[in-house]
Amino acid sequence: MAIKTAEQMAGEQREISVAEFFEKNRHLLGFDNPMKALLITVKEMVDNSLDACQEAGIMPEIKVKLKIINEDRIKISVEDNGPGIMKEQMPRIFGKLLYGSKFYKMQQSRGQQGIGVSAALLYSQLTTGKATLVRSRTAANKPVHEMTIRIDTMKNEPIILNNITYDKTFNDHGTYIEMEIEGKYRKGDRSVDEYMKETAISNPFAKFTYYVDSEKIIYPRLIDKLPIEAKSIKPHPYGVELGIFERMAKNTKAKSVLSFITNDFCRVGSGTAKAVLKMAKVSPNNKPNHLDHQEIEKILKGLQKSKIMNPPTNCLSPIGEQVLEKAVQKDLKTEFQAAITRPPSVYRGMPFLIEVCIGYGGELNPKGTAQIMRFANRVPLLYQASSCAVTKAVQSIAWGQYHVEHQGNNPTGPLVIAVHMASVWIPYTSESKEALEPYPEISKEIRLAIQDCARKLKSYLAGKKRRQLDAKRKGLFEKYLPTVADALADLSEENNAMILKSLEVIVKKEKIEGEDIDDAGEAEEIREETNE
Amino acid sequence: MKILTTLEKLKKFGKKLTNEAKIGKNPNIDIPVRSLANVVFDKKAGMVKMGNAVGKRYLFNVAHIRKFVQTLEVATTAKELLRVNKHLNLREVYYRVKRTLPGTDINIVDEQTETNKAIEDLELITGVPREQLHINADKEGVAAGKVVILDKGDTINWSKLGSGGWSVPSNVENIKFKDVDAKFIIYLEKMATWERLHEDRIWEKLNCIIIASRGQSTRGIRRLLQRLSTEHNLPIYVLVDGDPWGIYIYSVLKYGSISLAHMAETLVIPKAKYLGLSADDIEKYGLKKNIIKFKDVDIKRLKQMQEYDWFKDDKAWQRQFKKWKDIGGKVELAALTSRGISFISDTYIPEKIKKKDWLE
Repeated sequence: MAIKTAEQMAGEQREISVAEFFEKNRHLLGFDNPMKALLITVKEMVDNSLDACQEAGIMPEIKVKLKIINEDRIKISVEDNGPGIMKEQMPRIFGKLLYGSKFYKMQQSRGQQGIGVSAALLYSQLTTGKATLVRSRTAANKPVHEMTIRIDTMKNEPIILNNITYDKTFNDHGTYIEMEIEGKYRKGDRSVDEYMKETAISNPFAKFTYYVDSEKIIYPRLIDKLPIEAKSIKPHPYGVELGIFERMAKNTKAKSVLSFITNDFCRVGSGTAKAVLKMAKVSPNNKPNHLDHQEIEKILKGLQKSKIMNPPTNCLSPIGEQVLEKAVQKDLKTEFQAAITRPPSVYRGMPFLIEVCIGYGGELNPKGTAQIMRFANRVPLLYQASSCAVTKAVQSIAWGQYHVEHQGNNPTGPLVIAVHMASVWIPYTSESKEALEPYPEISKEIRLAIQDCARKLKSYLAGKKRRQLDAKRKGLFEKYLPTVADALADLSEENNAMILKSLEVIVKKEKIEGEDIDDAGEAEEIREETNE
Repeated sequence: MKILTTLEKLKKFGKKLTNEAKIGKNPNIDIPVRSLANVVFDKKAGMVKMGNAVGKRYLFNVAHIRKFVQTLEVATTAKELLRVNKHLNLREVYYRVKRTLPGTDINIVDEQTETNKAIEDLELITGVPREQLHINADKEGVAAGKVVILDKGDTINWSKLGSGGWSVPSNVENIKFKDVDAKFIIYLEKMATWERLHEDRIWEKLNCIIIASRGQSTRGIRRLLQRLSTEHNLPIYVLVDGDPWGIYIYSVLKYGSISLAHMAETLVIPKAKYLGLSADDIEKYGLKKNIIKFKDVDIKRLKQMQEYDWFKDDKAWQRQFKKWKDIGGKVELAALTSRGISFISDTYIPEKIKKKDWLE
């Protein structure tokens, strides 16, 4: 074999497109097995629909259909009543990876990196060879656009196969997507069924209709108000990594370094900025895109060492305690539920808040381990539970203290623990976005929230036990009463009926004096061997 | 007049509870606590006496109601007995009270021990001894010796009753001792041993009285022994098996028991002496082969007794307990038969008494 020259080698080296990279590393985005691939595909599509509706101020109505073609082929379609997509945008949204509006935004939203739906499309294309159908309309007086799209994996560019405009019946506005993938439909903990159920809980303002072949489940809308729109915020210096900081410096519109760090970040005042620049020996008037690597590093380090106020927290949109309780009660048919929305907190310069709802009893499975539901910006997380901050927090709690049965560290019984993290940036443990990184601030908030709900559960359980005991106790007393009345009448030589009536009055009382005295007054008598 | 007084006490008891019910109070009874924690050993008097702890028993309390009702039921039974002037024994009272609450599956009592306890409670509540409530223990005793008594107008001579002896009634309160010719009393825990001694006419030979019961002595027997001992100044030798239960029989006779601490004065016999087999007797009488291994309960009982206030500081007894523990088994009196049919009467008893080989 001939030895290659540097030139020859250079000729063989080429840029690998994102699409091509994904083709070879699809597991990185979670498409590692057919069951999970199905879930991720549905999830990306539904998340997009919900985000779009919410952004446009529309009460979402979403139809999800799974058609099982054979054991490992499934046709998926998702239809929404969202704002629709402009004709020109359609191929780019679906046919180009890393295209989206969310990538540079610090905003609480479902998807975070814009890799979602186009990745699903690519997966469909890779496993079935089929193109994806997209149909959309932006308003009642506008036509319906329909196209079938593929991705050119080498160029990461969309290929439009069929592009028609028609006025068939369609929603006044909305989008319909249909694709076929290699996937497996299963029931259980990490299924699409579970995803739909949990999504309905975290998005109670949406109506979902979910079909598997001809079977249909409707999740009705539980509240008639969209959540408050989550505002986007500028990055906080504590949470910015060097690479991103450097890129921001290159791309900023600011004319001076001083204006760059005071305007492009939140909570950086000019006093702090000047002090940091002085320490870094950088003139405030330098152009940011002229900074060298060392200067940039010094500035960032200086900023991160300075005392800077926490970022604003009005950028977070919680589900809300009452809404969460209602959703858990309606969707899971629990007999008791308690929720809390914790005040916002901050990890690494990122504002976040934790909400927890604990549901108990009713139609929940009374046996086995309690169900833990994890949500990140309203999206259910179904995989990698064991490495998630939520699971760890649940297991760190001494459930016995709250009268909850447990096996080892895991609570058991008819119990559901739903935990929602809302943040402008969700710290996932991996790119497939399945588990929350247990940063100390986050773990602490989750724990506090769970404990708060658990305390409410404890008092409910205690009350329930007391009521049951009370009923039992009163039942017992009533059984004895006639006999007691007979004996007392005999001893006191008074009227039997009168005594019985007095006793019955006492039993009906809410609280009976001396009733709660336990058996301590009657210490265990020593049994003696006696013939007496 | 006496019967009326007891009846009145029962009525007063019923009135108190009825009045509480009428004003909406939870009817309750004060009962002195009968447990080890509430008895004190009165060193001077040499007996176990009741402490001052009083427990309240409420009608409307899940943990109390059963006992409460049992006490009421026993009280009405006593009232009925007093009215018709008849007596029942403990077993009969149990059956009189035992029934199921109408329309339920709850039994008022399940076991006789429950009514027995309720009767003791009633004694404490009313301050009237069981016998005066017309409730008797089962008859379980026999006596022989040179004693003449008067019982319900009959004169009975204990030395002229053939092989059966005098059968001790459950209530000995009204018995009069006309003539007592004895130097001491031998108390036996087994009828078989009594028959042995009676056949050997030991009471004639040693000029004593022999009385036996079965196991732990009944109240009637204890009262009889106490009266004989105090009224005629006679020592009592307690002849029992060499085991924890035998020692406990002696302990109850001499110092009293926890459950009857409230009646200590009328039952305790300070002149009782332990003449049963001691740990030293095994070697002395060559009974090694007849040792029966202790069970766990035996060892537990032994340990409990070791801690009793009246044994705690007694060196002789502590030595015995330790020795028994080392031996690890018990020896029955009947084992003495291995030395001869009448060895117990001819040798064991006279020798021990002569040598003052007893424990106190």
